Amino acid sequence: MMVHNTMVDGLGPGHATGVVASGLSKRFGDQVALNEVDLTVPAGSMLALLGPNGAGKTTAVRILTTLLRPDAGAASVGGFDLTQPDRVRAVIGLTGQDTSVDGLLTGRENLIMIGRLRGLRLSAARSRAGELLEQFDLVGVAERVVKTYSGGLRRRLDLAASVVSTPAVLFLDEPTTGLDPRAREEMWKVIRRLMGRGTAVLLTTQYLEEADGLADRIAVIDEGRIIAEGSPEELKQQVGTERAQLTFATGEELEAARSLLDSPDLIVSEETRRLEMSLDGPWEFKAILDRLHQAGITPGGLRVVEPTLNDVFFSLTGSPRQDVEVVRP
Amino acid sequence: MTLEITATRRSFPGSAWVLIGRSMRHILRTPDALILSVVLPVAILLMFVYVFGGAIATGSEYVNYVVPGIILLTAGFGSALTATSVTADLTEGFIDRLRSMPVPSSAAVAGHVVASMARNLLVTAVVFGVAMAIGFRPVANLWQWLGVIGVIAFFVLAITWISVILGLLAKTVDAANGFAFFLVFLPYVSSAFVPTDTLPPFLRAIAENQPVTPIVETARGLLLGTPIGGHAVRALVWCAALLIIAVPVSAYLFRRRTAA
Repeated sequence: MMVHNTMVDGLGPGHATGVVASGLSKRFGDQVALNEVDLTVPAGSMLALLGPNGAGKTTAVRILTTLLRPDAGAASVGGFDLTQPDRVRAVIGLTGQDTSVDGLLTGRENLIMIGRLRGLRLSAARSRAGELLEQFDLVGVAERVVKTYSGGLRRRLDLAASVVSTPAVLFLDEPTTGLDPRAREEMWKVIRRLMGRGTAVLLTTQYLEEADGLADRIAVIDEGRIIAEGSPEELKQQVGTERAQLTFATGEELEAARSLLDSPDLIVSEETRRLEMSLDGPWEFKAILDRLHQAGITPGGLRVVEPTLNDVFFSLTGSPRQDVEVVRP
Repeated sequence: MTLEITATRRSFPGSAWVLIGRSMRHILRTPDALILSVVLPVAILLMFVYVFGGAIATGSEYVNYVVPGIILLTAGFGSALTATSVTADLTEGFIDRLRSMPVPSSAAVAGHVVASMARNLLVTAVVFGVAMAIGFRPVANLWQWLGVIGVIAFFVLAITWISVILGLLAKTVDAANGFAFFLVFLPYVSSAFVPTDTLPPFLRAIAENQPVTPIVETARGLLLGTPIGGHAVRALVWCAALLIIAVPVSAYLFRRRTAA
Protein backbone atom coordinates (compact mmCIF):
# COMPACT_ATOMS: atom_id res chain seq x y z
CA MET A 1 0.00 0.00 0.00
CA MET A 2 1.27 3.46 -0.83
CA VAL A 3 0.49 6.11 1.71
CA HIS A 4 0.88 9.66 0.54
CA ASN A 5 1.94 12.44 2.80
CA THR A 6 0.96 15.58 1.02
CA MET A 7 3.04 18.62 1.66
CA VAL A 8 0.99 21.69 2.33
CA ASP A 9 -2.59 20.73 2.91
CA GLY A 10 -1.86 18.05 5.46
CA LEU A 11 -3.94 15.14 4.25
CA GLY A 12 -1.56 12.46 5.47
CA PRO A 13 -2.78 10.11 8.15
CA GLY A 14 -0.29 11.53 10.63
CA HIS A 15 -1.53 15.08 10.54
CA ALA A 16 -4.65 14.28 12.45
CA THR A 17 -2.91 12.57 15.33
CA GLY A 18 0.51 13.86 16.35
CA VAL A 19 1.97 11.78 19.19
CA VAL A 20 0.20 9.61 21.73
CA ALA A 21 2.53 7.68 24.04
CA SER A 22 1.69 5.72 27.14
CA GLY A 23 3.77 3.92 29.74
CA LEU A 24 7.11 4.32 27.94
CA SER A 25 9.89 2.81 30.04
CA LYS A 26 13.54 2.24 29.33
CA ARG A 27 16.48 1.19 31.44
CA PHE A 28 20.17 0.98 30.62
CA GLY A 29 21.68 -1.62 32.91
CA ASP A 30 20.44 -0.70 36.37
CA GLN A 31 19.93 2.93 35.38
CA VAL A 32 16.27 3.83 34.84
CA ALA A 33 16.19 6.27 31.93
CA LEU A 34 12.42 6.48 31.46
CA ASN A 35 9.76 5.42 33.92
CA GLU A 36 6.13 5.06 32.73
CA VAL A 37 6.10 8.18 30.61
CA ASP A 38 2.81 9.31 29.03
CA LEU A 39 2.86 12.06 26.41
CA THR A 40 0.35 13.56 24.01
CA VAL A 41 1.11 16.08 21.28
CA PRO A 42 -1.94 17.03 19.19
CA ALA A 43 -1.45 17.99 15.54
CA GLY A 44 -0.45 21.62 15.05
CA SER A 45 0.66 22.07 18.65
CA MET A 46 3.93 21.99 20.54
CA LEU A 47 4.80 20.08 23.66
CA ALA A 48 7.99 21.09 25.44
CA LEU A 49 9.74 18.38 27.40
CA LEU A 50 11.58 20.37 30.05
CA GLY A 51 14.26 18.93 32.28
CA PRO A 52 17.93 18.94 33.25
CA ASN A 53 20.70 16.95 31.58
CA GLY A 54 20.20 13.24 32.09
CA ALA A 55 16.49 13.54 32.92
CA GLY A 56 15.49 11.27 30.02
CA LYS A 57 14.57 13.84 27.38
CA THR A 58 16.81 12.45 24.66
CA THR A 59 15.85 8.87 25.51
CA ALA A 60 12.18 9.78 25.01
CA VAL A 61 12.96 11.39 21.65
CA ARG A 62 15.08 8.44 20.54
CA ILE A 63 12.25 6.04 21.36
CA LEU A 64 9.58 8.10 19.61
CA THR A 65 11.78 8.44 16.50
CA THR A 66 12.34 4.64 16.35
CA LEU A 67 16.07 4.90 17.12
CA LEU A 68 15.62 3.08 20.41
CA ARG A 69 13.14 0.38 21.41
CA PRO A 70 11.27 0.91 24.69
CA ASP A 71 11.35 -1.86 27.32
CA ALA A 72 7.66 -1.26 27.96
CA GLY A 73 4.89 1.01 26.75
CA ALA A 74 3.46 1.90 23.37
CA ALA A 75 3.19 4.95 21.19
CA SER A 76 1.59 6.11 18.01
CA VAL A 77 3.53 8.73 16.06
CA GLY A 78 1.95 10.46 13.08
CA GLY A 79 -0.81 7.86 13.08
CA PHE A 80 1.50 4.85 13.03
CA ASP A 81 2.49 2.54 15.84
CA LEU A 82 6.17 2.36 16.82
CA THR A 83 6.08 -1.31 15.85
CA GLN A 84 5.95 -0.13 12.21
CA PRO A 85 9.19 1.85 12.25
CA ASP A 86 9.37 2.50 8.50
CA ARG A 87 5.86 3.99 8.51
CA VAL A 88 6.77 6.22 11.44
CA ARG A 89 10.06 7.26 9.81
CA ALA A 90 8.27 8.35 6.67
CA VAL A 91 6.19 10.95 8.53
CA ILE A 92 8.65 12.35 11.09
CA GLY A 93 11.53 14.79 11.08
CA LEU A 94 14.30 14.81 13.69
CA THR A 95 16.74 17.57 14.53
CA GLY A 96 18.76 16.64 17.50
CA GLN A 97 21.98 16.35 19.34
CA ASP A 98 22.51 12.92 17.82
CA THR A 99 21.68 13.48 14.19
CA SER A 100 23.66 15.45 11.73
CA VAL A 101 24.09 16.45 8.15
CA ASP A 102 27.20 15.61 6.14
CA GLY A 103 30.08 17.99 6.84
CA LEU A 104 31.89 17.26 3.59
CA LEU A 105 28.92 18.08 1.36
CA THR A 106 27.60 21.57 0.66
CA GLY A 107 24.30 22.70 2.16
CA ARG A 108 22.56 22.24 -1.17
CA GLU A 109 24.06 18.79 -1.75
CA ASN A 110 22.90 17.68 1.70
CA LEU A 111 19.31 18.71 1.04
CA ILE A 112 19.28 17.10 -2.41
CA MET A 113 20.70 13.89 -0.94
CA ILE A 114 18.03 13.79 1.78
CA GLY A 115 15.29 14.47 -0.79
CA ARG A 116 16.51 11.63 -2.98
CA LEU A 117 16.77 9.28 0.00
CA ARG A 118 13.19 10.26 0.84
CA GLY A 119 12.20 9.08 -2.63
CA LEU A 120 12.12 12.27 -4.71
CA ARG A 121 13.40 12.23 -8.29
CA LEU A 122 16.57 14.25 -8.85
CA SER A 123 14.71 17.19 -10.42
CA ALA A 124 12.15 17.31 -7.58
CA ALA A 125 14.88 16.96 -4.95
CA ARG A 126 16.75 19.88 -6.56
CA SER A 127 13.77 22.20 -6.59
CA ARG A 128 12.81 21.23 -3.02
CA ALA A 129 16.39 21.95 -1.88
CA GLY A 130 16.18 25.35 -3.57
CA GLU A 131 12.92 26.15 -1.77
CA LEU A 132 14.29 25.15 1.61
CA LEU A 133 17.54 27.09 1.17
CA GLU A 134 15.47 30.19 0.49
CA GLN A 135 13.00 29.53 3.30
CA PHE A 136 15.78 28.99 5.83
CA ASP A 137 17.83 31.92 4.58
CA LEU A 138 20.73 29.70 3.53
CA VAL A 139 21.04 30.70 -0.13
CA GLY A 140 24.25 32.66 0.52
CA VAL A 141 26.04 29.64 1.96
CA ALA A 142 24.34 26.95 -0.15
CA GLU A 143 27.48 26.07 -2.12
CA ARG A 144 29.78 26.02 0.91
CA VAL A 145 30.90 22.79 2.53
CA VAL A 146 28.95 22.34 5.77
CA LYS A 147 32.00 21.90 8.02
CA THR A 148 32.76 25.58 7.40
CA TYR A 149 29.32 26.62 8.76
CA SER A 150 28.82 28.36 12.09
CA GLY A 151 26.78 26.57 14.74
CA GLY A 152 23.69 28.59 13.87
CA LEU A 153 23.92 27.91 10.14
CA ARG A 154 24.46 24.24 10.78
CA ARG A 155 21.44 23.99 13.05
CA ARG A 156 19.33 25.74 10.45
CA LEU A 157 20.46 23.34 7.74
CA ASP A 158 19.85 20.46 10.11
CA LEU A 159 16.30 21.67 10.60
CA ALA A 160 15.83 22.15 6.85
CA ALA A 161 17.00 18.56 6.34
CA SER A 162 14.35 17.39 8.81
CA VAL A 163 11.52 19.01 6.87
CA VAL A 164 12.45 18.04 3.29
CA SER A 165 9.17 16.18 3.26
CA THR A 166 6.86 18.16 5.56
CA PRO A 167 6.70 15.99 8.65
CA ALA A 168 3.52 15.15 10.53
CA VAL A 169 5.59 15.19 13.70
CA LEU A 170 8.81 17.15 14.16
CA PHE A 171 11.18 16.28 16.99
CA LEU A 172 13.56 18.99 18.15
CA ASP A 173 16.11 17.74 20.66
CA GLU A 174 17.61 20.87 22.26
CA PRO A 175 17.72 22.54 18.86
CA THR A 176 18.91 25.94 20.04
CA THR A 177 21.78 24.84 22.27
CA GLY A 178 24.77 26.97 21.38
CA LEU A 179 22.83 29.41 19.21
CA ASP A 180 23.00 33.17 19.60
CA PRO A 181 19.69 34.94 20.27
CA ARG A 182 19.24 36.10 16.68
CA ALA A 183 19.78 32.60 15.25
CA ARG A 184 17.42 31.23 17.87
CA GLU A 185 14.71 33.70 16.89
CA GLU A 186 15.12 32.79 13.20
CA MET A 187 14.77 29.15 14.06
CA TRP A 188 11.55 29.69 16.00
CA LYS A 189 10.02 31.61 13.09
CA VAL A 190 10.47 28.58 10.86
CA ILE A 191 9.10 26.20 13.47
CA ARG A 192 6.00 28.32 14.03
CA ARG A 193 5.35 28.29 10.29
CA LEU A 194 5.49 24.48 10.25
CA MET A 195 3.10 24.29 13.18
CA GLY A 196 0.71 26.48 11.20
CA ARG A 197 0.61 23.74 8.59
CA GLY A 198 -0.46 21.15 11.11
CA THR A 199 2.88 19.69 12.15
CA ALA A 200 2.99 18.48 15.75
CA VAL A 201 6.24 19.48 17.46
CA LEU A 202 7.95 17.82 20.40
CA LEU A 203 10.70 20.06 21.74
CA THR A 204 13.18 19.21 24.47
CA THR A 205 14.88 22.01 26.33
CA GLN A 206 16.61 23.00 29.55
CA TYR A 207 15.24 26.53 29.38
CA LEU A 208 11.93 27.36 30.98
CA GLU A 209 11.78 30.63 29.06
CA GLU A 210 12.07 28.79 25.75
CA ALA A 211 9.33 26.33 26.64
CA ASP A 212 7.22 29.19 27.99
CA GLY A 213 7.34 31.32 24.89
CA LEU A 214 6.57 28.64 22.33
CA ALA A 215 4.92 25.57 23.71
CA ASP A 216 1.22 24.97 24.11
CA ARG A 217 1.97 22.55 26.88
CA ILE A 218 5.01 21.77 29.01
CA ALA A 219 5.88 18.42 30.55
CA VAL A 220 8.56 18.59 33.23
CA ILE A 221 10.75 15.48 33.32
CA ASP A 222 13.12 14.48 36.09
CA GLU A 223 14.93 11.19 36.61
CA GLY A 224 12.91 9.56 33.85
CA ARG A 225 9.48 10.58 35.11
CA ILE A 226 7.02 13.28 34.15
CA ILE A 227 6.64 15.22 37.40
CA ALA A 228 4.32 17.94 36.13
CA GLU A 229 2.36 18.74 33.02
CA GLY A 230 0.25 21.68 31.96
CA SER A 231 0.07 24.88 30.00
CA PRO A 232 2.92 27.31 30.69
CA GLU A 233 0.53 29.41 32.81
CA GLU A 234 -0.59 26.45 34.91
CA LEU A 235 2.97 25.38 35.43
CA LYS A 236 4.20 28.80 36.43
CA GLN A 237 1.41 29.06 38.97
CA GLN A 238 2.66 25.83 40.50
CA VAL A 239 6.21 27.05 40.42
CA GLY A 240 5.54 30.41 41.93
CA THR A 241 6.05 33.75 40.37
CA GLU A 242 8.78 36.31 40.03
CA ARG A 243 10.85 37.19 43.04
CA ALA A 244 11.89 40.64 44.21
CA GLN A 245 15.56 41.15 45.04
CA LEU A 246 16.57 44.15 47.15
CA THR A 247 20.13 45.11 48.01
CA PHE A 248 21.00 47.47 50.88
CA ALA A 249 23.99 49.68 51.53
CA THR A 250 24.39 48.81 55.24
CA GLY A 251 23.73 45.89 57.54
CA GLU A 252 21.42 48.06 59.71
CA GLU A 253 19.17 48.88 56.74
CA LEU A 254 19.04 45.17 55.81
CA GLU A 255 18.01 44.30 59.40
CA ALA A 256 15.35 47.02 59.45
CA ALA A 257 13.94 45.86 56.11
CA ARG A 258 13.92 42.26 57.29
CA SER A 259 11.82 42.99 60.38
CA LEU A 260 9.55 45.33 58.43
CA LEU A 261 8.79 42.92 55.56
CA ASP A 262 8.76 39.76 57.67
CA SER A 263 7.29 37.04 55.44
CA PRO A 264 7.66 33.23 55.45
CA ASP A 265 9.58 32.93 52.18
CA LEU A 266 12.01 35.74 52.87
CA ILE A 267 15.60 34.84 52.05
CA VAL A 268 18.27 37.05 53.57
CA SER A 269 21.93 37.02 52.67
CA GLU A 270 24.08 38.92 55.18
CA GLU A 271 27.20 38.80 53.03
CA THR A 272 25.71 40.48 49.99
CA ARG A 273 23.21 42.46 52.13
CA ARG A 274 20.50 41.10 49.82
CA LEU A 275 16.91 40.28 50.59
CA GLU A 276 14.67 38.16 48.36
CA MET A 277 10.94 37.36 48.46
CA SER A 278 8.28 36.06 46.08
CA LEU A 279 6.00 38.52 44.35
CA ASP A 280 2.30 38.14 43.76
CA GLY A 281 2.08 40.41 40.74
CA PRO A 282 3.66 43.80 40.02
CA TRP A 283 1.63 45.74 42.61
CA GLU A 284 3.09 43.77 45.43
CA PHE A 285 6.50 45.08 44.39
CA LYS A 286 5.06 48.59 44.66
CA ALA A 287 3.57 47.78 48.09
CA ILE A 288 6.97 46.60 49.34
CA LEU A 289 8.66 49.74 48.09
CA ASP A 290 5.92 51.91 49.66
CA ARG A 291 6.44 50.31 53.05
CA LEU A 292 10.21 50.76 52.83
CA HIS A 293 9.68 54.38 51.74
CA GLN A 294 7.41 55.09 54.73
CA ALA A 295 9.98 53.57 57.07
CA GLY A 296 12.69 55.71 55.49
CA ILE A 297 14.76 52.78 54.18
CA THR A 298 16.23 53.19 50.69
CA PRO A 299 17.35 50.01 48.91
CA GLY A 300 20.56 50.41 46.90
CA GLY A 301 19.53 47.93 44.19
CA LEU A 302 16.24 46.54 42.83
CA ARG A 303 15.73 43.48 40.66
CA VAL A 304 12.84 41.26 39.62
CA VAL A 305 14.03 37.69 39.06
CA GLU A 306 12.07 35.33 36.76
CA PRO A 307 11.54 31.78 37.99
CA THR A 308 14.26 29.54 36.62
CA LEU A 309 14.31 25.85 35.91
CA ASN A 310 16.01 25.57 39.28
CA ASP A 311 12.91 27.07 40.92
CA VAL A 312 10.67 24.69 38.97
CA PHE A 313 12.54 21.78 40.44
CA PHE A 314 12.67 23.35 43.83
CA SER A 315 8.93 23.73 43.82
CA LEU A 316 8.10 20.36 42.24
CA THR A 317 10.55 18.11 44.02
CA GLY A 318 11.00 20.11 47.20
CA SER A 319 14.77 20.01 46.94
CA PRO A 320 17.08 22.33 45.07
CA ARG A 321 19.13 20.55 42.45
CA GLN A 322 22.75 21.52 42.17
CA ASP A 323 23.20 20.02 38.73
CA VAL A 324 20.49 22.04 37.03
CA GLU A 325 21.79 24.68 34.70
CA VAL A 326 20.23 28.03 35.33
CA VAL A 327 21.59 29.63 32.19
CA ARG A 328 19.10 31.79 30.36
CA PRO A 329 18.80 31.59 26.60
CA MET B 1 3.68 22.79 -5.18
CA THR B 2 2.83 19.37 -3.85
CA LEU B 3 5.42 16.72 -3.29
CA GLU B 4 4.34 13.18 -3.00
CA ILE B 5 6.47 11.11 -0.71
CA THR B 6 5.79 7.44 -0.40
CA ALA B 7 5.61 6.16 3.12
CA THR B 8 7.09 2.81 2.28
CA ARG B 9 10.69 1.85 2.90
CA ARG B 10 13.19 2.94 0.26
CA SER B 11 14.90 0.12 -1.61
CA PHE B 12 18.48 -0.78 -0.74
CA PRO B 13 19.83 -0.28 -4.30
CA GLY B 14 18.10 3.08 -4.65
CA SER B 15 19.47 4.33 -1.31
CA ALA B 16 22.92 2.87 -2.00
CA TRP B 17 23.04 4.68 -5.34
CA VAL B 18 22.48 8.03 -3.63
CA LEU B 19 24.97 7.24 -0.86
CA ILE B 20 27.63 6.04 -3.32
CA GLY B 21 27.37 9.49 -4.86
CA ARG B 22 27.88 10.96 -1.40
CA SER B 23 31.01 8.87 -0.71
CA MET B 24 32.44 9.71 -4.14
CA ARG B 25 32.04 13.41 -3.31
CA HIS B 26 33.93 12.75 -0.08
CA ILE B 27 36.94 11.62 -2.15
CA LEU B 28 36.96 14.92 -4.03
CA ARG B 29 36.42 16.95 -0.83
CA THR B 30 39.37 15.36 0.99
CA PRO B 31 42.19 15.89 -1.52
CA ASP B 32 44.74 15.69 1.29
CA ALA B 33 43.79 12.06 1.97
CA LEU B 34 43.87 11.29 -1.75
CA ILE B 35 47.28 12.90 -2.19
CA LEU B 36 48.65 11.16 0.89
CA SER B 37 47.49 7.78 -0.38
CA VAL B 38 49.55 8.40 -3.55
CA VAL B 39 52.54 10.11 -1.97
CA LEU B 40 53.12 7.58 0.81
CA PRO B 41 53.42 4.47 -1.42
CA VAL B 42 55.49 6.44 -3.94
CA ALA B 43 57.87 7.55 -1.17
CA ILE B 44 58.19 3.95 0.02
CA LEU B 45 58.71 2.81 -3.58
CA LEU B 46 61.51 5.33 -4.10
CA MET B 47 63.10 4.44 -0.77
CA PHE B 48 63.10 0.72 -1.51
CA VAL B 49 64.34 1.12 -5.06
CA TYR B 50 67.08 3.69 -4.43
CA VAL B 51 68.07 3.13 -0.78
CA PHE B 52 67.55 -0.55 0.12
CA GLY B 53 67.14 -2.05 -3.35
CA GLY B 54 70.83 -2.28 -4.14
CA ALA B 55 71.38 -4.50 -1.11
CA ILE B 56 68.46 -6.86 -1.77
CA ALA B 57 69.28 -9.70 -4.17
CA THR B 58 66.13 -10.80 -5.99
CA GLY B 59 67.66 -12.16 -9.16
CA SER B 60 66.27 -9.34 -11.30
CA GLU B 61 66.00 -5.54 -11.37
CA TYR B 62 64.77 -4.69 -7.88
CA VAL B 63 62.28 -2.10 -9.20
CA ASN B 64 60.55 -4.90 -11.13
CA TYR B 65 60.54 -7.09 -8.05
CA VAL B 66 59.13 -4.50 -5.64
CA VAL B 67 56.40 -2.74 -7.67
CA PRO B 68 53.74 -5.47 -7.27
CA GLY B 69 54.31 -5.29 -3.50
CA ILE B 70 54.07 -1.50 -3.50
CA ILE B 71 50.78 -1.77 -5.37
CA LEU B 72 49.34 -3.97 -2.60
CA LEU B 73 50.72 -1.62 0.04
CA THR B 74 48.88 1.19 -1.75
CA ALA B 75 45.65 -0.79 -1.70
CA GLY B 76 46.02 -1.62 1.99
CA PHE B 77 46.67 2.01 2.87
CA GLY B 78 43.74 3.28 0.79
CA SER B 79 41.31 0.72 2.15
CA ALA B 80 42.18 1.66 5.71
CA LEU B 81 40.49 5.02 5.11
CA THR B 82 37.17 3.16 4.91
CA ALA B 83 37.41 2.30 8.61
CA THR B 84 37.54 5.97 9.62
CA SER B 85 34.67 6.87 7.27
CA VAL B 86 32.44 4.17 8.77
CA THR B 87 33.27 5.18 12.36
CA ALA B 88 32.68 8.85 11.57
CA ASP B 89 29.21 8.09 10.18
CA LEU B 90 28.33 6.17 13.33
CA THR B 91 29.72 8.63 15.86
CA GLU B 92 28.83 11.92 14.16
CA GLY B 93 25.12 11.20 13.78
CA PHE B 94 24.88 10.52 10.05
CA ILE B 95 23.69 6.94 10.54
CA ASP B 96 21.13 8.15 13.09
CA ARG B 97 19.90 10.69 10.56
CA LEU B 98 19.35 7.84 8.08
CA ARG B 99 17.74 5.70 10.77
CA SER B 100 15.17 8.40 11.43
CA MET B 101 14.16 8.12 7.76
CA PRO B 102 12.65 5.12 5.95
CA VAL B 103 16.05 4.29 4.47
CA PRO B 104 18.18 1.15 4.99
CA SER B 105 21.04 2.84 6.84
CA SER B 106 23.53 0.09 5.95
CA ALA B 107 23.45 1.55 2.42
CA ALA B 108 25.89 4.17 3.78
CA VAL B 109 28.44 1.37 4.25
CA ALA B 110 27.85 0.18 0.69
CA GLY B 111 28.57 3.75 -0.43
CA HIS B 112 31.94 3.75 1.36
CA VAL B 113 32.89 0.33 -0.06
CA VAL B 114 32.19 1.33 -3.65
CA ALA B 115 34.01 4.64 -3.16
CA SER B 116 36.98 2.76 -1.70
CA MET B 117 37.14 0.59 -4.84
CA ALA B 118 37.08 3.64 -7.09
CA ARG B 119 39.63 5.56 -5.05
CA ASN B 120 42.04 2.65 -4.76
CA LEU B 121 41.95 1.77 -8.43
CA LEU B 122 42.61 5.41 -9.29
CA VAL B 123 45.49 5.69 -6.83
CA THR B 124 46.90 2.35 -7.98
CA ALA B 125 46.93 3.57 -11.59
CA VAL B 126 48.89 6.67 -10.55
CA VAL B 127 51.43 4.58 -8.60
CA PHE B 128 51.82 2.28 -11.63
CA GLY B 129 52.55 5.38 -13.68
CA VAL B 130 55.28 6.54 -11.31
CA ALA B 131 56.76 3.03 -11.28
CA MET B 132 56.96 3.01 -15.09
CA ALA B 133 58.70 6.37 -14.98
CA ILE B 134 61.49 5.02 -12.74
CA GLY B 135 62.13 1.93 -14.81
CA PHE B 136 59.41 -0.64 -14.05
CA ARG B 137 59.13 -2.76 -17.17
CA PRO B 138 56.23 -5.24 -17.10
CA VAL B 139 55.96 -7.72 -19.95
CA ALA B 140 52.24 -8.46 -19.54
CA ASN B 141 49.86 -8.71 -22.49
CA LEU B 142 46.31 -7.34 -22.39
CA TRP B 143 44.83 -10.45 -20.75
CA GLN B 144 47.52 -10.55 -18.13
CA TRP B 145 46.91 -6.85 -17.36
CA LEU B 146 43.22 -7.58 -16.94
CA GLY B 147 44.17 -10.44 -14.64
CA VAL B 148 46.37 -8.10 -12.56
CA ILE B 149 43.60 -5.52 -12.31
CA GLY B 150 41.16 -8.27 -11.31
CA VAL B 151 43.43 -9.64 -8.59
CA ILE B 152 44.12 -6.17 -7.19
CA ALA B 153 40.41 -5.25 -7.26
CA PHE B 154 39.53 -8.49 -5.46
CA PHE B 155 42.19 -7.78 -2.83
CA VAL B 156 40.99 -4.18 -2.40
CA LEU B 157 37.42 -5.40 -1.97
CA ALA B 158 38.43 -7.96 0.69
CA ILE B 159 40.64 -5.50 2.60
CA THR B 160 37.95 -2.81 2.38
CA TRP B 161 35.46 -5.12 4.08
CA ILE B 162 37.99 -5.96 6.78
CA SER B 163 38.35 -2.21 7.17
CA VAL B 164 34.56 -1.90 7.52
CA ILE B 165 34.71 -4.38 10.41
CA LEU B 166 37.43 -2.31 12.09
CA GLY B 167 35.35 0.82 11.58
CA LEU B 168 32.31 -0.84 13.14
CA LEU B 169 34.36 -2.00 16.14
CA ALA B 170 36.06 1.33 16.84
CA LYS B 171 34.37 3.72 19.25
CA THR B 172 36.15 6.81 17.94
CA VAL B 173 37.57 7.93 14.60
CA ASP B 174 41.08 7.98 16.10
CA ALA B 175 40.70 4.40 17.26
CA ALA B 176 39.53 3.38 13.78
CA ASN B 177 42.60 5.01 12.33
CA GLY B 178 44.80 3.06 14.74
CA PHE B 179 43.05 -0.28 14.11
CA ALA B 180 43.37 0.12 10.38
CA PHE B 181 47.08 0.75 10.62
CA PHE B 182 47.88 -2.94 10.82
CA LEU B 183 46.44 -3.39 7.32
CA VAL B 184 49.24 -1.13 6.15
CA PHE B 185 51.83 -3.38 7.78
CA LEU B 186 50.57 -6.65 6.35
CA PRO B 187 52.64 -6.40 3.16
CA TYR B 188 55.94 -5.94 5.05
CA VAL B 189 55.93 -9.51 6.33
CA SER B 190 55.38 -11.10 2.95
CA SER B 191 57.26 -11.59 -0.31
CA ALA B 192 56.34 -8.02 -1.28
CA PHE B 193 59.77 -6.52 -0.56
CA VAL B 194 62.14 -9.45 -0.08
CA PRO B 195 62.04 -13.11 -1.17
CA THR B 196 60.60 -15.10 1.76
CA ASP B 197 63.58 -17.53 1.83
CA THR B 198 65.70 -14.64 3.17
CA LEU B 199 63.52 -14.35 6.29
CA PRO B 200 64.18 -16.12 9.62
CA PRO B 201 62.07 -19.32 9.94
CA PHE B 202 59.39 -17.81 12.23
CA LEU B 203 58.71 -14.78 9.99
CA ARG B 204 59.02 -16.95 6.93
CA ALA B 205 56.19 -19.16 8.20
CA ILE B 206 54.01 -16.09 8.66
CA ALA B 207 54.97 -14.60 5.31
CA GLU B 208 54.24 -17.77 3.37
CA ASN B 209 50.86 -18.27 5.01
CA GLN B 210 49.33 -14.82 4.81
CA PRO B 211 47.22 -13.49 1.93
CA VAL B 212 49.62 -10.85 0.64
CA THR B 213 52.31 -13.31 -0.49
CA PRO B 214 50.21 -15.36 -2.94
CA ILE B 215 48.55 -12.18 -4.23
CA VAL B 216 51.93 -10.48 -4.77
CA GLU B 217 53.33 -13.59 -6.45
CA THR B 218 50.29 -13.81 -8.72
CA ALA B 219 50.53 -10.14 -9.70
CA ARG B 220 54.31 -10.49 -10.19
CA GLY B 221 53.87 -13.57 -12.35
CA LEU B 222 51.25 -11.89 -14.54
CA LEU B 223 53.27 -8.68 -14.91
CA LEU B 224 56.79 -10.05 -15.24
CA GLY B 225 56.39 -13.66 -16.31
CA THR B 226 57.81 -15.17 -13.12
CA PRO B 227 56.36 -18.60 -12.21
CA ILE B 228 52.95 -18.37 -10.50
CA GLY B 229 52.32 -22.02 -9.67
CA GLY B 230 49.76 -22.54 -6.92
CA HIS B 231 49.84 -18.89 -5.87
CA ALA B 232 46.96 -17.86 -8.16
CA VAL B 233 44.54 -20.33 -6.61
CA ARG B 234 45.68 -19.48 -3.10
CA ALA B 235 45.29 -15.75 -3.82
CA LEU B 236 41.73 -16.21 -5.00
CA VAL B 237 40.85 -18.51 -2.12
CA TRP B 238 42.28 -16.02 0.40
CA CYS B 239 40.31 -13.08 -1.01
CA ALA B 240 37.12 -15.10 -1.33
CA ALA B 241 37.48 -16.46 2.21
CA LEU B 242 38.11 -12.98 3.65
CA LEU B 243 35.00 -11.69 1.88
CA ILE B 244 32.81 -14.62 2.87
CA ILE B 245 33.73 -13.99 6.50
CA ALA B 246 33.92 -10.19 6.50
CA VAL B 247 30.61 -9.35 4.84
CA PRO B 248 28.35 -11.27 7.26
CA VAL B 249 30.46 -10.16 10.23
CA SER B 250 30.07 -6.54 9.09
CA ALA B 251 26.33 -7.01 8.70
CA TYR B 252 26.13 -8.48 12.20
CA LEU B 253 28.24 -5.72 13.75
CA PHE B 254 26.26 -3.03 11.93
CA ARG B 255 22.97 -4.42 13.24
CA ARG B 256 24.39 -4.63 16.74
CA ARG B 257 25.82 -1.11 16.61
CA THR B 258 22.52 0.34 15.37
CA ALA B 259 20.15 -1.88 17.33
CA ALA B 260 17.03 -0.04 18.45
